[in-house]
Amino acid sequence: MTNKLRSAGVLTALALALTGCGGAKVGETEQPAAGAKECGTFNLTVSPWVGYEANAAVVAYVATKDLGCKVVKKNLKEEIAWQGFSTGEVDVNLENWGHEDLKKKYIDEQKVAVAAGSTGVKGVIGWYVPPWMVQQYPDITDWKNLNKYAALFKTSESGGKGQLLDGDPSYVTNDEALVKNLALNYKVVQSGSETALIQAFRDAEKNKKPLLAYFYEPQWFFNELKLVKIDLPPYKAGCDADPAKIACDYPPYDLDKIVSKKFADSGSPAYDLVKKFAWTNEDQNQVAKYIAVDKLTPDAAAEKWVNENQTKVNAWLGK
Amino acid sequence: MASITGSVEIRVRRPRRGVLVGVLLIAWLAAWFVLRGIDTLSLGGQETTRLHRWLTEQADVLGRGNAFFDAIRIAVDQLVVLLQNVIAQPSYGRPVPVIGWLGVVAISAYLAWAFGNWKVAILTAAGLSFLGVQGLWQESMDTLALTLGAVLLALLVGIPLGIWAGLSNRAFKVATLVLDLMQTLPTFVYLAPLTLFFAIGPAAATIATLIYAAPPVVRLTAHALRSVPAESVEAARSLGSTRSQTLLKVLLPMSRSTVVVGINQTIMAALSMVTVAALIDAPGLGQTVLKALQTLDVGVAFNAGLAIVVLAIVLDRVTTAAGDRPWRTASIRRKVLLGLGGLGALVAVWFSRTYLWAAEFPSDVNLGPRIAVAATDVTAWVQDVFGGFTFGVRDAVTEGVLNPLQALLTESPWWLVSVVIVALAFLLGSWRGALPAAVCLGLLVGTGVWYDAMVTLASTVLATVVVVAVGLVLGVWAGRNRRVDSWIRPVLDAGQTMPPFVYLVPFLALFGTSRFTAIAAAVVFAVPVTTKIVADGIRAVPVATVEAANSVGSSSWQVISKVQLPVARRAITLAVNQGLIYVLSMVVVGGLVGAGALGYDVAAGFAQSELYGKGLAAGLAIVLLGVMLDRITQAAARRTPKFRRTVRGDDKW
Amino acid sequence: MTAQLEYPDPQESDALLSIQGLWKVFGPKPARVPHHPELAALSREDLYRRTGCTAAVRDLSFDVAPGEVFVVMGLSGSGKSTLVRCLTRLVEPTAGRLIFEGEDLRAADERRLRTLRRSKFSMVFQHFGLLPHRKVIDNVSYGLEVRGEGKADRKRRAQEVIDLVGLRGNENLYPEQLSGGMQQRVGLARALANDPDVLLFDEPFSALDPLIRREMQTEVVRLHREVGKTMVFITHDLSEALKLGDRILLMRDGAAVQFGTGDELVGAPADDYVREFVRDVPRADVLTLRWIARRPRDGEPLDGPELGPDVLVREATRLVLESDRPVKVVSAGQLLGVIGDEEILAVVADS
Repeated sequence: MTNKLRSAGVLTALALALTGCGGAKVGETEQPAAGAKECGTFNLTVSPWVGYEANAAVVAYVATKDLGCKVVKKNLKEEIAWQGFSTGEVDVNLENWGHEDLKKKYIDEQKVAVAAGSTGVKGVIGWYVPPWMVQQYPDITDWKNLNKYAALFKTSESGGKGQLLDGDPSYVTNDEALVKNLALNYKVVQSGSETALIQAFRDAEKNKKPLLAYFYEPQWFFNELKLVKIDLPPYKAGCDADPAKIACDYPPYDLDKIVSKKFADSGSPAYDLVKKFAWTNEDQNQVAKYIAVDKLTPDAAAEKWVNENQTKVNAWLGK
Repeated sequence: MASITGSVEIRVRRPRRGVLVGVLLIAWLAAWFVLRGIDTLSLGGQETTRLHRWLTEQADVLGRGNAFFDAIRIAVDQLVVLLQNVIAQPSYGRPVPVIGWLGVVAISAYLAWAFGNWKVAILTAAGLSFLGVQGLWQESMDTLALTLGAVLLALLVGIPLGIWAGLSNRAFKVATLVLDLMQTLPTFVYLAPLTLFFAIGPAAATIATLIYAAPPVVRLTAHALRSVPAESVEAARSLGSTRSQTLLKVLLPMSRSTVVVGINQTIMAALSMVTVAALIDAPGLGQTVLKALQTLDVGVAFNAGLAIVVLAIVLDRVTTAAGDRPWRTASIRRKVLLGLGGLGALVAVWFSRTYLWAAEFPSDVNLGPRIAVAATDVTAWVQDVFGGFTFGVRDAVTEGVLNPLQALLTESPWWLVSVVIVALAFLLGSWRGALPAAVCLGLLVGTGVWYDAMVTLASTVLATVVVVAVGLVLGVWAGRNRRVDSWIRPVLDAGQTMPPFVYLVPFLALFGTSRFTAIAAAVVFAVPVTTKIVADGIRAVPVATVEAANSVGSSSWQVISKVQLPVARRAITLAVNQGLIYVLSMVVVGGLVGAGALGYDVAAGFAQSELYGKGLAAGLAIVLLGVMLDRITQAAARRTPKFRRTVRGDDKW
Repeated sequence: MTAQLEYPDPQESDALLSIQGLWKVFGPKPARVPHHPELAALSREDLYRRTGCTAAVRDLSFDVAPGEVFVVMGLSGSGKSTLVRCLTRLVEPTAGRLIFEGEDLRAADERRLRTLRRSKFSMVFQHFGLLPHRKVIDNVSYGLEVRGEGKADRKRRAQEVIDLVGLRGNENLYPEQLSGGMQQRVGLARALANDPDVLLFDEPFSALDPLIRREMQTEVVRLHREVGKTMVFITHDLSEALKLGDRILLMRDGAAVQFGTGDELVGAPADDYVREFVRDVPRADVLTLRWIARRPRDGEPLDGPELGPDVLVREATRLVLESDRPVKVVSAGQLLGVIGDEEILAVVADS
C-alpha cells in the first residue's frame, strides 16, 4: 500500500512539474496549409541516382512553393515507375533515359503515359578511365590502343584478359557485343551497381590502379573526379540496329520527361511547370553536388539553386 | 542372427566413403581435361531462352487488375497507414503523429515491462530514445510501423498455418517445402510482380516483407506443437477433451515459449527486409540507407543501419524476455505496479499529444552527423591500413581456390557435372541425397541459366564452407564459455541485422568488385546465425555427458570432438542448413558487388522488364541450388550414425 | 500364441471390461496383418522384414472383473503401454473387440467416446502428463472443466480429491514446484476427480525413486480399499505386480505369455521366459502351500497339524519346521497333500 501511495505521489509530482514547464503546445506554431486546391497533388517518381534527385528536388520545390501543389515523392526504380503509369501510382518522371521499348508499351500501346519534352540535359554513355591513366598513357583514349594495354587491366575476375567493368543492371549495355565485334582482348565483368563502379574509380585514382569501366554523364561523381571517356568508333544513326553486330559508340541521349495521361489532361498548373522544366547538365550537376558532396537535403539544395537562378525558374512558370 | 553378421562383413569389406569420394573427384578432374568447354550451356548477359521470354509475358498478363488483390491491397494499406498515423506521420489534421515520441517510448517500455521484465523495459526506453538522438525518429517509426504491420499479418497467417502443420503430418511436409522456397527465393524476384499485384505503396512492401518473414513463425509453431510431451496430450484426451479443448488448453499454452521464439525470428526477418523493401518505396530507414549508398556515404548509411540494429536488439530482447516469463500469475504488488505504470504511460501519451517537445523529438541533441563522421573515419582508416593486404588475400583465395573450383564446374559439360554431383550425393547420403540432387539438376538445366548457376554454386560452396568453419569455431567457443558468449552475442546480433547494403561500400573499398567481395559479405551475414545455433547446441549437451568424458581424462579437444560435437549433431546440421540459406539469400546482394552470375541475373530481371523472365528463372535456380545442397547435407548427416526406425503413435490427437 | 486364454462370451460374463482378440499394428497398411493368418503367425522380426509393420499388441483377450486390480506386466517394448492406451482408444486398435458394460467401445463414435472418457475411465501416466501452465488445483479439475462443470463445483470436487491423495496445502503451486512423488499424486488426483469406474495406470511409479514408489504403492492399495475402483495397472516391476495385482497378465512382444494370480506365475511358470522373469522373487512370500504340497509317502504319519492351501509358505514355515510330523494341507475337509521340512526349505532357501 505504501508502495502504491509513493508511486502515485511521484507521478503526480512529475506530472505537475512537466505541466509547469510544458512549453509550446502542438498546433500553436503551425500555419494553415497553403491553398493547394488549384494545383492539387501529383506523384513524382524519384529514380535512384543523384542527378535525377536534383531534377526532382527543384521541380518539387518550385511546385510546392510557387504553385502550392502537394508533391508526393516515390522512390522507385525506373521499371517500377513505368509500371506506375498504368496503375495510376506515378504521374511524373523527370528524367528518362531512352527506354524505347517502355515508351512503346506505355505510351503507344497502353496509352497511359505521354511524353512531356526534353529536360535539356544531354546523357552520355561510354567507357571511361580514371584521369591518372590518361596522364600516364595519353593514347589510351583511342579504342584502337585498348588491346595494347589489355594486360594492365587484368584482375582476378577477368580470366587472363583485360577487365571491362560494367555497371548497374538497370542500364542496357552493348558491351559484350562491342568487345566481340571490336576484337578486344577484354572480358566484361559485372560490377552490379553504380556504388561499386564509383568505389572502383575512387580506388583506381587513389592507388593508381588501372580501370576501364562503363559510366555515364551527367553524374555527380564528375564533381569529384573528371573521368576520361574512351573514343569508340563514332555513333551513326542505325549502327546499333542489330544488337549482336554493334561496333559503334553509344548514342547521345536526350533525356526527357514522361507524365501520366491522367496528369497531362488534368489541367493542373503543375503539368505546365513539368512541361516547361528544362535546364543544362551544369545546372543539374550543381544541384547534385549540393546534395551528394555538400550533403544538403534535396529541399535545401533546390532552394539554394532556385535563389541563384530565379530567371530560369520564372521561365518555367511562364512569368 | 546370421543376417546381422553378414551385413557387418559387407560393411567392413566396402571401401571407405572418403576413398570413393576421392576417386570420384580425380575421375572428374581427368574427364574435365578431356571434355573442357563442351556443353557448358553458357548464356550471355542480355541473351534469353524461350522459357525466359514466356515468363516475361506471363508477368505482364498477371499484372492486369484483379479485385481479389485490390481488396488485400486496400486492407493492408489501411493497416500500415493506420500504424504510421499513430506513431510516425503527421495525421488527422495535426502536424504530428497521434502519439509523439514520449508516448511511444513510454508505451513501449511499459509493454516491455508488462510482458518481459524491468531490465528490458529500461533497454527499450534507452534504445528507442537513442533512435531519436540519432536524428532518425521519424524514419525509425516509419520502419517500425511497417515492420509491425508485416509482423502482425505474418502472425495472423503464420500461426494458424503453423498449428495446422503441427497437427497434420501431411501439412507439415508441404509446409516445409513451401517455407524453404519462401526463404530462399530472392526477394528481388517477387518485388516487381508484387508492385503489379498490389501497386506501389505500403501494401506491396508489407507483403514482400511478410513473404520473407512468415516462415520462421510457421516453422516454430509447428515445431512447438509437435514437441509438446505426448503424455500431456494423452492425459487431456483421456479425460475426454475435444480437439479444440486439447488445442486451446494444452497444446497452445505449452507451446508458448517456442512460438514466441518464432515470433522473435519473424520480427528479425522482417527487419532484415527494411532496405530491400525500400526499393519499392517502403518508407523509413531503408530509404536513408539507399540514398546514402547513391553517394557512397558510408557514415549516413551506417547511422541508419545502426538504428535498424538498435530496433532489432530491442525487439529481440523484449520478445525473448516475454517468452522466458514463467507460468506464474502476477502477484498483487505487481498488479498494482502494472496499473500505476499503465497510468504513467497514458500520462506520457497525453503529454506527447499536447506539447511539442514531447511530440517531436528535440533536434538539438542530434548525434546522427557525429556518428556518421566517426563511421566514415573508421572506414577510411581501415581502408588505409588494410587496403593492400586485403587485395592480396582476395587474389590468393580467388586464384587458389575459387577459380579452379569454378573452372571445374563451369567448363565441364553439364551432364558430367550432373553425374558427378549425383554420384557424390549418393556416396554421402545414399538415395535420399541422390534423388533430390538429380531432380534439382534436371530442373536447373531447364531454367536455362546453367552456366551462371555453376558460377554461383562455386561461390556458394566456398562461402558456406567458410561460414560453417568459422561458425563452428566461434560457436564451440561461445558454447563452452558463458563470458565469451555474452560478449559475442551483441556483435552477432549486429552482424545479422545490420543491412548488408551498409557494409558493401567498405567491402568494395577493401576487396574491389569481385566474387570474393560477395563471398566476404555473405560470410559476414551468415556467420552469426550459424554461430548462435552451434553455441546453443553445444550448451544443450547434458552436463553429465561432458562430466563423464572429463572423468575418464579426456583433453578439451577430445571432449569437443568426441562428445560435444557429436551430441550436438542435430544443432550442427541445422546450423549448416541455416548458414547455407543465409549465404544463398546474399546471392543477389553479391550480384551488386561483382559476383555476377545468378545474382546479377536476378537484379537485372528486377531492373529491366525484358529480362524479367530470366531473372525469375535465375531466382528459381538459386532455390534449386539451395534445395539440392540442403538435401545432400541433410542426407549425409542422417546417414552418419545408424538410425533404427522407431515406432510412434499414429496421431497427435 | 502358445498360452491362449479362454474366450468368455461377453453376454454371459460378469466382466466390467472384456477384451477379445485385440490387435494393434504399427506401420504401413496395418489392417492386413491380423486378418492374414500367415502374417499373424510371424515372429516380430519376420513380420517387420516382410511388411515393415510391428505388432505392439497381438491377439489379446482377457476380462477385467468389477472392483479388481488387474495388472499387465512385461518388459519395455512388450506392448503393455500400447495395450492400456487401446482400452480407451487413445491408440486406435487395429482389430478385436473392447466390451465395456456390454457396449462395444470400438463402435463408439467420437462424442460417445468422449463421454465415456469424461465419466467412466481415467488414466495415470508414467511421466505424469501434467500441464505445466496450470496450478495443481487447475490440473486436478481439468477433467471437470472439459466436461463443462461449474467453477464452484470444480473447486469443491478438486479440493476433495486433493485432500484424498494427501496434497492439501499445495493447491496453488505449479507442477514444477513439486517433487516427482507429489507430481504423481496430482496425476492421481486428476484421475480420481471425475469419479471414473475404471482407473488405468501406465507404469505410474517407474519414474519415482524406490522409497517414494513404495509409499505410492501403499497409497494405491489404500485408495483401492477406500474408493473401490476397478484398476488396470501396467508395470514392468514384478514385485509391484505381486503386491497390487489380483490377477496378472504377463506380456512379451505384444502377446500374452501367462495369465493368472501371482502365486500361479511363480508356482507354475508357463515357459522359460516366465521362469526367468520370476526367478528372483522371494517365493516364500508369494507361494501358498497349495504349490508345494505333495502326495503323502507310504507309511508317512498323517496326524500332523492342518493348514489351508492358501496359507503363504512364509507363514507356515515356523509351524512346519517345529512339527515333527508332516503338516497336512486340507481344504474343505479333503486332504490335498502334505508338507515336510524339505519342501519348506527348498522354497525358503531359494528365496
